[in-house]
Amino acid sequence: MKRRQFNKLVTGLAAGVCLTALSSLSVQAADPLKVGFVYVGPIGDHGWSYQHDQGRKSVEAEFGDKVKTTYVENVAEGADAQRVIYNLAKTGHKLIFTTSFGFMNPTLKVAKQFPDVVFEHATGYKMAKNVGTYISTTFEGRYVAGYVASQVTKSNKIGYIASFPIPEVIRDINAVQLALNKYNPEAELKVIWVNSWFDPGKEADAANAMMDQGVDVILQHTDSPAAMQAADRRGKYAVGQASDMSSFGPNAHLLSVVDEWGPHYINTVNSVMNGTWKPKANVEGMKEGAIVIPSFNDSIPADVVSHAKELIAGIKDGSVYPFAGPIKNKAGELVVPEGSSLSYEDLEKMNWYVEGIQSDIPK
Amino acid sequence: MIKLEPRGERSSTMAYLSPVLAAVLTMLTGLVVFTLLGVDPVEALITILYVPISDTHGLAELCVKTAPILLCAIGLSVAFKAKIWNIGAEGQLLMGGLFGSYIALQLIEAEGFWVLPLVLIAGALGGMVWSGIAAILKVRFNTNEILTTIMMNYIALNVLLWAVHGPLKDPEGYNFPESALFGESALLPILIDNTRVHFGMALALFAVVAVWVLMSRSFYGFQIKVMGMDAGAARLSGFKEKRLAYFALLLSGGLAGLAGVGEVAGPIGQLIPQISPGYGYAAIIVAFLGRLHPVGILLASLLMALLYMGGEMAQISLGLPLALTGMFQGMLLFYLLACDVLISFRIRLKPKKITPTPPSILASDTQG
Repeated sequence: MKRRQFNKLVTGLAAGVCLTALSSLSVQAADPLKVGFVYVGPIGDHGWSYQHDQGRKSVEAEFGDKVKTTYVENVAEGADAQRVIYNLAKTGHKLIFTTSFGFMNPTLKVAKQFPDVVFEHATGYKMAKNVGTYISTTFEGRYVAGYVASQVTKSNKIGYIASFPIPEVIRDINAVQLALNKYNPEAELKVIWVNSWFDPGKEADAANAMMDQGVDVILQHTDSPAAMQAADRRGKYAVGQASDMSSFGPNAHLLSVVDEWGPHYINTVNSVMNGTWKPKANVEGMKEGAIVIPSFNDSIPADVVSHAKELIAGIKDGSVYPFAGPIKNKAGELVVPEGSSLSYEDLEKMNWYVEGIQSDIPK
Repeated sequence: MIKLEPRGERSSTMAYLSPVLAAVLTMLTGLVVFTLLGVDPVEALITILYVPISDTHGLAELCVKTAPILLCAIGLSVAFKAKIWNIGAEGQLLMGGLFGSYIALQLIEAEGFWVLPLVLIAGALGGMVWSGIAAILKVRFNTNEILTTIMMNYIALNVLLWAVHGPLKDPEGYNFPESALFGESALLPILIDNTRVHFGMALALFAVVAVWVLMSRSFYGFQIKVMGMDAGAARLSGFKEKRLAYFALLLSGGLAGLAGVGEVAGPIGQLIPQISPGYGYAAIIVAFLGRLHPVGILLASLLMALLYMGGEMAQISLGLPLALTGMFQGMLLFYLLACDVLISFRIRLKPKKITPTPPSILASDTQG
């Protein structure tokens, strides 16, 4: 290509870009609120990122053309995250949700550069003038799942596929063990760490390894439905994580602990539109509709289902709290005496196992 | 009928033209795919290839993304020239990040110009230690370096995870797997204000020049090339094969380690579990895409970085799926490999008429 032609092309392209930019400005006189979402996984993971995307869709359904949503999926938690968040802010997004723990520091760095953009970071602990956090209390659902597992297991061996030994994951393992301690102390909880949030291959391997050891109910704190499928093939039970995984193993699927981000996203969009948004740490659970158990498997005995539903009702009205004392640690020392309980601030830093778990937290 | 015919001699014209041809074919296929997806193809190509680098900030980000890929790839090119297949740049990068982070965290309160060089040297050493293990195994025990380096990647990742979940974890970080933020003096200086482009890019460019001088102007580089082309000839000429193998592996490991420490002491600013989204693997592709030539590698790593950024931009402004980036990269490589056939072969549209020799003459020839 000759230089002159090339120059012409470049000028043409540049003019085109300017024109599109101009036209988009004039069309959007009504100025919808642009809302950006950054996902750590692919939206097709049928777990964590998928559920956040469902939340994004419910924002679109609720606000129609008053909002315009954008997402970027599979964003690595390293140097790339900051660029993606920056580009969202730069392209006029006024509210940005960063949906994974590893986006915490990149979010704060970009937030400093864009003081008029609101940021909300999921599962982190650092805040700023324009950065709030949000997390859901998955342990409530996990406790109910632990109860159901304790009732349906025949081998008294329950498996748990865990991702990373951070407080959020450890506290959910503890919630399951506390349910076992209460409802079936004979049952043993086996934990396998796969060091990944989403790795269908490893998750399936972990599930199979545990079933080989006699495990007949599998819980997971990872995002793919691989374990559900593996359990279904071998006629065992599994509990879905983050999204409703019933379609991946109709026979294996006891229940799913589903994250519903929609209510939180809709509230946040509302408060940003009204100008009432303030940075805070949002902790939401069953009461707020952020944690949902949509269905129970038909093969679960009716009395178990009805007690599970009572537990859910109790968690909603506050009469049931998984981390109410007495709670002993793995060594058998009484950490939370009868009558007191662990606060959310305690749970946020939890790095110890409760009594009954045989293995150790990986160091 | 189309027929491939050996050229006999490698065509140097095609060696240069093949990447261009591959790029053009990728663009054309891209146009078709975008049209099928219902997106204005011209707008899509502009969004992917131009918008991400349309301003200073974008260009700076391109450098941020390029630096680690370039450092890894330029190191690998030396090893690959010697036909030493170091697939372990990823692990060497991670170890570089880990070693560098360790020093940075020990010196978190320290101030002074000497902190950063120490951190960088530690990073390079980390990479060299990791590739050095593979070098010892290769030279001493004749172990296949493809297997050892690739397996060392997984070990490196797990060592890194252990460190970041354990000893190097931020004591005030609520038990989350990341280190404390590094002190100011351990961070790479920013080259352009208000951007993230850091000294690592300068290091990478320096490495490109240094490797170019090494490979085309020094006797050592000559020996490496000879060893790659014909190990027997190198041995006969008295070249020290073992020493060259150590050199190639340590150099590529050191540069990958530098890439790793450049990430943690650059844009990230702390040790986290995921410091590389696979730069070490991308570098293998880049090294070959760039024909193992320093300038080619520079261009290829810029292109690779741009494709990543373009993929993000296509998601942000056009709502196109991420899979498209992967497809774009895949297409580019596919076409490049396909076009490379033309270096050693030419296409004949009509088969050359081969006049069959009468068997009788053949027979009489053998008899005679």
